[in-house]
Amino acid sequence: MATQNEVQEGLAEIVNEIAGIPVEDVQLDKSFTDDLDVDSLSMVEVVVAAEERFDVKIPDDEVKNLKTVGDAVNYILTNAA
Amino acid sequence: MVVTGIGAFTPLGGDAATTWENLVAGRSGVAALTEEWAEDLPVRIAARVAVEPGEILPRPLARKLDRSAQFALIAAREAWSDAGFETPATDESSKLAPERLGAVIASGIGGVTTLLDQYDVLKDKGARKVSPHTVPMLMPNSPAANVGLEVGARAGVHTPVSACASGAEAIGYAIEMIRSGRADVVVAGGTEAAIHPLPIAAFANMMAMSKNNDAPERASRPYDKARDGFVLGEGAGVVVLESLEHAEARGARIYCEAVGQGLSSDAHHIAQPEPTGAGVARALADLFERNPLDKSEIVHVNAHATSTPQGDTAELKALRKELGEDLDHILVSATKSMTGHLLGGAGGIETVATVQALYHRVAPPTINVEELDDEVDAKIVTEATPLPEGRIAALNNSFGFGGHNVVLAFRTR
Repeated sequence: MATQNEVQEGLAEIVNEIAGIPVEDVQLDKSFTDDLDVDSLSMVEVVVAAEERFDVKIPDDEVKNLKTVGDAVNYILTNAA
Repeated sequence: MVVTGIGAFTPLGGDAATTWENLVAGRSGVAALTEEWAEDLPVRIAARVAVEPGEILPRPLARKLDRSAQFALIAAREAWSDAGFETPATDESSKLAPERLGAVIASGIGGVTTLLDQYDVLKDKGARKVSPHTVPMLMPNSPAANVGLEVGARAGVHTPVSACASGAEAIGYAIEMIRSGRADVVVAGGTEAAIHPLPIAAFANMMAMSKNNDAPERASRPYDKARDGFVLGEGAGVVVLESLEHAEARGARIYCEAVGQGLSSDAHHIAQPEPTGAGVARALADLFERNPLDKSEIVHVNAHATSTPQGDTAELKALRKELGEDLDHILVSATKSMTGHLLGGAGGIETVATVQALYHRVAPPTINVEELDDEVDAKIVTEATPLPEGRIAALNNSFGFGGHNVVLAFRTR
């Protein structure tokens, strides 16, 4: 089971790959759309990459609730297999 | 109406100046395809861009753009900056209202590599892994839309599609946008990125491509007796067109006048050129009917000449029919001998080359003419040749599968 730090670091690497944002800027309080240059299409890429990395299913209906990095970390920690 | 900016991303260089230098020097951009997928293809040569776009565009942007849009964006940025504008166009220094700015960028095939690559993803990894960027990447209007976004164009963004005439048709459309009063400035050109086993196999099976795999640099040989088809190229060419009034008001450097376009269609065959050149001749006649251009002013033609047995000579017959004895003093160049055939990008890079030819007063060569075809009845330039002083004009011809004929005319000021 991944720790909160591991999930946050993993997400930071994914956001860096997709949006080019430096990993150190991907903090829990950051909004994907407003702070990290992740638009709705790129968010789907983030979700699919996170699903694979953390062995978790993130249903389409859930994606709209993942506004910040913290939201995504919490969802993954709660739902990962 | 005038040309105030040029940009090119081609097999001969990552910008317009390098491309021109290599055109004048008679260098070939064609090379063997070394990829594993090429091993079993009947055609294993192509003209790749000289600089990989990934070296120029930041990765997060590049991964959301089809290769054809990457080329177009790089060439458009060069043309835009060359014209003296800043990005975005809303900048006060541009002295340009976005509502008076258009973008017309064409492609013959669109995002074909994105479509095919994502189909592989679907088959190999499943539906969930298909990129959410697939549709905005593969749609044929994607290069135009991305260039429009880049400069902030709000007068209209358009994508005419007519196979290998697409790039020229885009520039013609842009000319009409300004002429009809819809815009003051339009960024226009063509792009193509179709070097992939499927398009190559398909074109090869039409018997349209050169199979001279052993001598890549000599494979594209318009007007030569031994020509056996075109060589696929990739890249983009873009110009900034502007009303004369607008260009003068902001003190812009002017390359030349964009005189206008002539258009026609063959109604002959879906892929074969009309062998007598009648369709092309009608496009030329249309150009002279609708534009104030004296045939005696024309000193240079950047021909469509793709290195196919039928097409090259049909085009020359049309030029002879419409230009008569004036053709005798016209220097005809087939730059596809060096760049390969960029399909929908051809009209873009060849318009840039035509503008440069007038600006520098030099006709670039046609390389690989070892034995001229007996049917050639025109002055084919085989070494870079000076163009005369005074007011001179040049034509850029582009024709496409489907029987589309586009002739663009430019003139020094």
